[in-house]
Amino acid sequence: MTDISARTRANQQSPTARIALRWGLYAILFIFALYYLMPLFVMLTTSLKSLEEIRTGSLVALPRSVTFEAWATAWSGACTGIKCEGLQPYFWNSVLLAVPAVLISTLIGAMNGYVIAQWRFKGANLIFSLMLFGCFIPFQVVLLPMARTLGFLNIAGTIPGLIFVHVIYGIGFTTLFFRNYYVTIPSDLVKAAKIDGAGFFRIFWSIFLPLSLPIVVVTVIWQFTQIWNDFLFGVSFSQAGTQPITVALNNIVNSTTGVKEYNVDMAAAIIAALPTLFVYVVAGKYFIRGLTAGSVKG
Amino acid sequence: MAPILDVQGLFKNYGTTEILKDINVSIDKGDFLVLVGPSGCGKSTLLNCIAGLEPISGGAIRIGDQDMTHVSPKDRNIAMVFQSYALYPTMTVAKNITFGMQVRGVDKATQATKLAEVAKQLQIEALLQRRPGQLSGGQRQRVAMGRALVRDPQLFLFDEPLSNLDAKLRVEMRTEIKRLHQDLGASMVYVTHDQIEAMTLATKIVVMKGGVIQQVGTPAEIYNRPANTFVADFMGSPAMNLIPARTSAAATGARIEIARAGATPLILHDPRATGLPADILLGLRPEDITEDGTRQGDLVQPGECLVDVVEPAGADTYVVSQLGGRRVTARLGADTRARPGKPLAFSFDLTKVSYFAPQTGERLN
Repeated sequence: MTDISARTRANQQSPTARIALRWGLYAILFIFALYYLMPLFVMLTTSLKSLEEIRTGSLVALPRSVTFEAWATAWSGACTGIKCEGLQPYFWNSVLLAVPAVLISTLIGAMNGYVIAQWRFKGANLIFSLMLFGCFIPFQVVLLPMARTLGFLNIAGTIPGLIFVHVIYGIGFTTLFFRNYYVTIPSDLVKAAKIDGAGFFRIFWSIFLPLSLPIVVVTVIWQFTQIWNDFLFGVSFSQAGTQPITVALNNIVNSTTGVKEYNVDMAAAIIAALPTLFVYVVAGKYFIRGLTAGSVKG
Repeated sequence: MAPILDVQGLFKNYGTTEILKDINVSIDKGDFLVLVGPSGCGKSTLLNCIAGLEPISGGAIRIGDQDMTHVSPKDRNIAMVFQSYALYPTMTVAKNITFGMQVRGVDKATQATKLAEVAKQLQIEALLQRRPGQLSGGQRQRVAMGRALVRDPQLFLFDEPLSNLDAKLRVEMRTEIKRLHQDLGASMVYVTHDQIEAMTLATKIVVMKGGVIQQVGTPAEIYNRPANTFVADFMGSPAMNLIPARTSAAATGARIEIARAGATPLILHDPRATGLPADILLGLRPEDITEDGTRQGDLVQPGECLVDVVEPAGADTYVVSQLGGRRVTARLGADTRARPGKPLAFSFDLTKVSYFAPQTGERLN
């Protein structure tokens, strides 16, 4: 209905008015794009300038002479408190933390979703609601009990400890994603496989997981972004040597004495953000597809 | 010989709701059992119970003379074809068919031989490397059948396998299933809501309603001697005419009086009928009401009725009139003289007449 009325209205306008409107729309979109790109532009250009140039030049000007010194410092020389070895070790901490945490939480979520959607049992809905509730718990609330739990399990201040925390708090979302995906798959598939002789795990591995690529991509992107960007858990549950990159970035930016090295700060911030950008660029196509893909035909 | 499938006193409840009540059915090897009934009558649930996909609340299920009541589906030696086909979307047709054997650890050579055999039988050799998403409805149906056939089970189960196909394909596949049954001599249980499918395929029909078996019998028994008005009305198209009538004893048999709109009552005489109550429902199939003079016999009796509607259907013409306050359909030849609004002389053939009690709907003769 609205489509038709919009079209008739458009038809009534003169061609010049239509073209003007179109260009007006482009102009607005362009301005917003600029607005959003501006910080990135400033970060990039600043990171490529020397300190001297930052002090004397304008904030938005292009660098007069491009130097990667700030990047090198950020990667391997910047000081976080007393140590001056840059972001490098913390970057690897984050990788060691994020990769297993993403994989484990995705796998558990897939399993949970499969059980809740396809092997309905008494109380399945209740358990699912409780898991959903877990998605909305503010993380500050759980800091103290989690600290005690980690201490009890003897993994406080370690990377496995952080993995544990992220897996626990990721399961709510990953379960939600997979459950909603699997619920659209006809239950006859499970019945047919049961008659074919396949058991619980066989059906999961041979039939459901191969169907799940779109939702796996969505979950991996979501979880990776959450875990990589997490600061609160990282700062609360790590100690010197196991801190993730977000904590290190904070330390670099906040613990400098004397002259503030904006170029190094900017380079460090970009380094810290690159992996999530990278994941989104590589898998983004599937992300959109996965979010919109409902049922599986066939 | 022991029956291949024997369902004894089966009950199925969901919470306090009874879905199936005291189901007793058994079939012999080579039988084609069709479970038919309106939607919600429990026929699919019964099939799932037989397959072991639904636990039962009471009773026993024996397959091939073994108690299978608590045996898991994979060990019941059955194969099932689903309404949605339930093909594994990410596997090729070949993989779909061999998945069961693969799970059971059948060696690769045997898998290949059996696959080739089944593919040839169903003429799907050209499709083996495709995925289900690339197949048409009829092709998917064949693959689903292939998956069942390759198991060579004691018992085949079909859950409304044709209802997702268009009308033409449905008739083709129906014939194909019938041929398969004849060729294999396999035992089959088939669920459908389509009474024509039931009539054409079955060697034995179970008519269900509200979780209760209404009648068990051969297609001919069900069609000619329905156990109650529900079966009479459900099986056959157009449905059996159920005409309210009054009876009284005659010198031989019974005198039957049927109210006729705007005319004297129609009187029929059934010399075989005895002990009927005063009020009955007279059941006559449309083909047993013909144009006067087209059928001969002791039990063929004339009667004139006003024609309401004439519906030509190619080979036959259905003529609707009113008797006992109900619409009555007669199946006449294509060349009938019947004209709407005009009276026509009919013949009522009482050879296969059914009498029902109006209150209970139970058969009386």
